[in-house]
Amino acid sequence: MKAAIIALLAGLLFGCGLIVSGMADPAKVSAFLDLTGLWDPSLALVMAGAVGFAAPGFTLARRRDHTLLGQSFHPPGKRGIDIRLVAGSVLFGIGWGLAGICPGPALVLLSAGSAGGAVFCAAMLAGMGLFHGLTHLNQ
Amino acid sequence: MMIDWVHFTPGQSLLGGAMIGAAAALLWLGIGRIAGISGILSGALHRQRGDLGWRLAFLAGLLLAPWLARLALVPVHPRIDASWPMLAGAGLLVGFGTRMGGGCTSGHGVCGLARLSPRSLAAVVTFMAAGFATVYLLRHGTP
Repeated sequence: MKAAIIALLAGLLFGCGLIVSGMADPAKVSAFLDLTGLWDPSLALVMAGAVGFAAPGFTLARRRDHTLLGQSFHPPGKRGIDIRLVAGSVLFGIGWGLAGICPGPALVLLSAGSAGGAVFCAAMLAGMGLFHGLTHLNQ
Repeated sequence: MMIDWVHFTPGQSLLGGAMIGAAAALLWLGIGRIAGISGILSGALHRQRGDLGWRLAFLAGLLLAPWLARLALVPVHPRIDASWPMLAGAGLLVGFGTRMGGGCTSGHGVCGLARLSPRSLAAVVTFMAAGFATVYLLRHGTP
């Protein structure tokens, strides 16, 4: 129960951060990705602020065996820098560049009632499902 | 490169970024989970990692955000230039690519960099480069 409350609050704070920072506005994201055009550096500051505030949390956690709720940490898998990482990141980057939307903002847009956001979300879920299906063909 | 001083919002960017970072720290310190949206979403959809509860709770919070924002008189007014076919194509690429690459701007960008992960740094550099190149071609590429 406490875990669910923490997760809910974290999601809410995250989503509000996306809105306040302007990252839920695709035009603002695209303006950052438009290096040779009229360039809006805002996203760089969003990243700096985000990493800056997240880092102490992760550093603090290194000294702990358990989370604040006494649970274990679930770090990501220890794969190296492989072709999947690079190719996947290229594909993601292209999609991000095309619409100025990534997963978090996509969900915010959907909930805010954006039709375009809904189209993107549906396609995003399809894309996730496609990858999942392809990598689980033998099962 | 010309800086768009009119639309540059340093204060809001830093504040919003701080909120995002704090949320990531909260999720990690609190329940030991990475605040990577693509991972949380696909994990909820495909139930591989278990613990559906916290995933649904996080996603619920994320989806509640625009409602809370509207109550606080900070409405979301997104400007989407892409056509629906392009949105569909982009969404497919983002969905497929984030799963293949194991993360997105939140998972690799915020959490990965905050954890000093070399993998995440490689991912961030790569998707940023791809994003820059794509927008360049879209807006300034030769027809």
